[in-house]
Amino acid sequence: MAFITVTKDTFENEVLKSDKPVLADFNADWCGPCQMLKPILEELSESYEGYKFVSINIDDEDELAEEYDVASIPCLVIFKDGAETERSIGMKPREALEELLEGN
Amino acid sequence: MYDIIIIGAGPAGLTAAIYARRAAKTVLVLEAASCGGQIINTPDIENYPVAMHISGFEFANKLSEQAKALGAEIKFEKALEICDGDSEKTVKTRKNSYSAKAVILATGSENRRLGLENEDKLVGRGISYCATCDGAFYKNKTVAVVGGGNTALEDALYLTDLAEKVYLIHRRDEFRGEEATVAQLRQKENLSFVYNSRVTKLNAGKRLESIEVTDKDGNVSTIELNGLFVAVGRIPENQNFAQLVTLDEGGYIPAGEDCHTNVPGIFVAGDNRAKAVRQLVTATADGAVAATEAVKYASSH
Ligand SMILES: Cc1cc2nc3c(=O)[nH]c(=O)nc-3n(C[C@H](O)[C@H](O)[C@H](O)COP(=O)(O)OP(=O)(O)OC[C@H]3O[C@@H](n4cnc5c(N)ncnc54)[C@H](O)[C@@H]3O)c2cc1C
Repeated sequence: MAFITVTKDTFENEVLKSDKPVLADFNADWCGPCQMLKPILEELSESYEGYKFVSINIDDEDELAEEYDVASIPCLVIFKDGAETERSIGMKPREALEELLEGN
Repeated sequence: MYDIIIIGAGPAGLTAAIYARRAAKTVLVLEAASCGGQIINTPDIENYPVAMHISGFEFANKLSEQAKALGAEIKFEKALEICDGDSEKTVKTRKNSYSAKAVILATGSENRRLGLENEDKLVGRGISYCATCDGAFYKNKTVAVVGGGNTALEDALYLTDLAEKVYLIHRRDEFRGEEATVAQLRQKENLSFVYNSRVTKLNAGKRLESIEVTDKDGNVSTIELNGLFVAVGRIPENQNFAQLVTLDEGGYIPAGEDCHTNVPGIFVAGDNRAKAVRQLVTATADGAVAATEAVKYASSH
């Protein structure tokens, strides 16, 4: 599954109205831990097909970051049926991310 | 069984892995979070010899590629305990246990917390330990920095350019950090110094809303803010091994330049060792020394 880049204009359709649960990765180019996380998330998106994986660049999408109270990245937010159900902040090992995805 | 287990894949641990692999020893590196350790948060390193500018992320990636290319095995598991047997040492993680002839502790350090209620829950919701990482979220907002060393001063200076208002809270009335930075801060109109005071309470709803500050005479005041940047130092991550390895008062492992701990066959490398300068070059240097000593030990046992 591909990682989709989401913007303010596509957020509602891709995330809030998604029929699958969504893992939203709030990140930035200058954020080292976000870059470390990216390849792990890409791999996970292959094995967790029940999820839609989306990437949100907080510099381009500062309104979304503000709306969802993102104040530290990497920040992974899980959305189900349009609502946030889980949040994980900071660099986490793969095992913790699997738990995050399986916990839902 | 491995020849050498290295705990921590920061600059010290990964350098140790490179040296141990070049000496043809089998190596397992255990890492609790991600390769690279603390340095992945730094956008620009300017003081590592030869690399004029390199990001912490690139530094971490190149170093872990090098260790892996030489044949080091890296597993993402946190070491919880070490047992010292007669002929081997066993390192326990949540699900597994691994044994080796020699062990190198390269667990580095983590941010010291204030120790206040709800502090952990508010990380990323108003509490931060890294101004350069999270400052961007506080453009035109009100923030406070707590601490009195260079990190606190530099964080405050960095934030004055982003935030509308910055408070710098320090428990004394003099700073341990550089006078030049203090002088720069005095020029900043949007910065207020709060001396002789401690943060004593975090008030939050969904996110941090205000802090309670208590001065040395016991007067309590409240500061409304959006973010609190904690810069009160770092603490070594040696607690898991304290029943076996001697620590000093600060929690560091008191080993000399040879990186030997009090336990034969257990070595220490990097920021968790008692020493004066905690930087990449000293961490990588320790990695080389500790690996060389561990290789000697593994060859003779
Ligand atoms: C914001 C910032 C900026 C910096 N900038 C510079 C700079 O410009 N130049 C410079 O030279 N230095 C800089 N430093 C200092 C430098 O990052 C450290 O000196 C260096 O990273 C120390 O390396 P280390 O391997 O000893 O420890 P660490 O980098 O702390 O790595 C230790 C690793 O061990 C892991 N670990 C801990 N406990 C366990 C366990 N029980 N089981 C498994 N794994 C475990 C941790 O997850 C971590 O990955 C900076 C530090 C910070 C915080």
